[in-house]
Amino acid sequence: MRVGLVCPYTWDVPGGVQEHIMNLAETLIDLGHQVSVISPADDDTPLPGYVVPAGRAVPVPYNGSVARLAFGFLSASRVKRWLKEGGFDVLHVHEPAAPSLSLLACWVADGPIVATVHTAIPRSRAMHAAEPILQSALEKISGRIAVSEAARTTLVEHFGGDAVLIPNGVPVKKFEKADPLPGWPGPGGALGFLGRMDEPRKGFTILVRAFEMLAAQRPGLRLLVAGHGDADEALARTPAELRDRIVLLGQVSDADKVRVYHSVDVFCAPNTGGESFGIVLAEAMAAGAPIVASDLDAFRQVLRRGQAGELFPTGNAAELAAAAGRLLDQPERRAALSAEASAAVRIYDWPIVARDVVRVYEAVVPAAGRVSVLPR
Amino acid sequence: MIDAIIVVVVVAILGVYVSWRAGRLDRLHARLEARRAALDVALVRRSSVALELASSGLLDPATSLLLASAAHDARSAQNSREWQGGQGQEAGHGREDGQGREDGKNGQELPESDLTRALRAVFGQPGFRSSLDGTDGADELLSELEGAAHQVFLARKFYNDAVAATRAARRTPLVRLLRLAGGAPLPEFFEIEDSLVGTGEAGQGADMPHLTG
Repeated sequence: MRVGLVCPYTWDVPGGVQEHIMNLAETLIDLGHQVSVISPADDDTPLPGYVVPAGRAVPVPYNGSVARLAFGFLSASRVKRWLKEGGFDVLHVHEPAAPSLSLLACWVADGPIVATVHTAIPRSRAMHAAEPILQSALEKISGRIAVSEAARTTLVEHFGGDAVLIPNGVPVKKFEKADPLPGWPGPGGALGFLGRMDEPRKGFTILVRAFEMLAAQRPGLRLLVAGHGDADEALARTPAELRDRIVLLGQVSDADKVRVYHSVDVFCAPNTGGESFGIVLAEAMAAGAPIVASDLDAFRQVLRRGQAGELFPTGNAAELAAAAGRLLDQPERRAALSAEASAAVRIYDWPIVARDVVRVYEAVVPAAGRVSVLPR
Repeated sequence: MIDAIIVVVVVAILGVYVSWRAGRLDRLHARLEARRAALDVALVRRSSVALELASSGLLDPATSLLLASAAHDARSAQNSREWQGGQGQEAGHGREDGQGREDGKNGQELPESDLTRALRAVFGQPGFRSSLDGTDGADELLSELEGAAHQVFLARKFYNDAVAATRAARRTPLVRLLRLAGGAPLPEFFEIEDSLVGTGEAGQGADMPHLTG
C-alpha cells in the first residue's frame, strides 16, 4: 500500500508525535508498504529517506504559547506537490486540529483520509470561533484514530462521531536487550525511576519517602533516577547518608534510557494521575523490568490487573515501600513478573500496533478510491 | 491694614492658580479618557477585521485557524476589560502555560501583541499579497485590515502621549500636596507590539506599519 503520512511539527525537534510517526513509518516500511512522510523541516536538515521537507515552521502565538507551525499558501502548495507525486492509496494525517500541515493536507486532498489524534485538549472558545473553518477540512476524514481514551473523548467532544482507540506503540526490540550501567544494580539492590522529578503527577516525592523507609533497613540499597527537573524539593527532607544512595543521572540519551531499565531490580512508577497511557511503564515492561506501579486505571490495564507488575494504592509511600521490599526479597517473584511483563507488552509492540493501523487503512480505502488533489 | 490686603490678594491669586491647575488636570484626564476610548475602538475594529479575514475563506484553514484564535483571544481580553469598568487594571489574562512569557500589568496587552505577531506571521510570508491577486474581495479586506492596523498604531501613540502628559502633571508637588487628582488611579501606558513589519525588516525608517512592506 502507498501511504502518505503528515507530521504537523518540525521533524528534528524531539516530541511524542514525531516519534510516533517515525516508528509508524519505519514499521510500515518493514511490513512492506511504501511510505512517504511530509514534515516541516529546513531544506538542509538531514532527514531519513522517507521524509520530504515542507519548509521551515514559523514560530507563532497559538493557544497561549508560541508554537512552531507550518501554514500558508506556500506550505499548502508543497503539500499539493507531495500528494501529486506520491500517488497515495491512503493519506494519514496526525493531529489534524493543529493549524499546521495536517490541516492543510485535509484541505487540499480528497479520497481516503485517516487521522490520528494524540493530545487531549480541552475545547477552547478560540476553536469555537474557527469551527466552520475546521469543520469543512476535517469532515473529509473517513477514519479517525485516538491514541488514548482522553484523546478520544476530546475528539468526540470537538467533532462528534467516534474514533478507534489504537494505543501508542513501543519499539519493543529497542528495549529488550541492553547492558546495565557499570556497577548497577549492585549487591544491595536498586530501585529505578524515570521521569520529571519536579512534576508532582510523576510521584517522585512518594518514591523518595518509600526509599527512605526501605534504605534505613537495607544498607546497600540504592535508587537510580533518570529524567530532568529540579530534585531539591523532593530531597530536602532526606537525611544526608541516604541522599548519597540516590543517584541522579539527569536527562539521558535514548540508549542510556534503555540501560537504566536494565540496571535496576525494581522499577517504580509512582504516578498520581494524568497518565493516559504510561509510555514509560510500557518501555520498562519491554525491557523486562520487575515493576511496582500506582493503581491507576491506565496502569492497571497495561499491567493486566497486576499480573505483569505489582500495584500499590496511589500516593501511599508506605505501601510502595512494602511492595518494593517484597520484590527485593524474592528473586523468583521478580523473574516471574519480568517474564509476564515481556509477554504483556507484546500487544503494544509497533508491528502489532501498525497492523491495527493498516486495518483502518483497509477499511477506508475501498469506499473512497485513491487520494487526489483538489484545485485550491 | 495694608498687610491684610496683601495676604488677601496673595490668597486670592493662589486660589485662582490652584483652581487653574486643577482644571488643567481635569482636562488632561478627560483627554486621556477620550484617547483611551479611541484606542479601544481601534483595537476592537482590528480584531473584528482579522476575524472577518479568518472566516472569509480567502486563506487556507491553518492560517485561518491561527488568525481566528489570535483575534478571538484579543476580543475576549477587550470584553473582560469592558466588564471591569474600563479601569485597565484587571488581572493578567489567563494563560495555560506561561512558559517564558510574563503577563503584562494589563491583561489586554499580551493578547493584542499576540494578534500583531500572528498578523505579522501571516502577512510576512513571501509573496503573500500577490498570492491573493484577483481573488474576489481580497483587496478590500486586506486594505481594511491595513487601515485598522494603522488606526491601532496611531491611537496607541496618542493615548500614550496623553498618559505621559497626565503623569507629568500629576507628579508636580502642588498637585500631590493638595491631592488635586483625587482618587483617580495613575494612568498606565499601553505597551504592545503593533508594528506589522518586524524591526530591521522592510519598512524600516517608516513610522507607520504596513502590511506588505
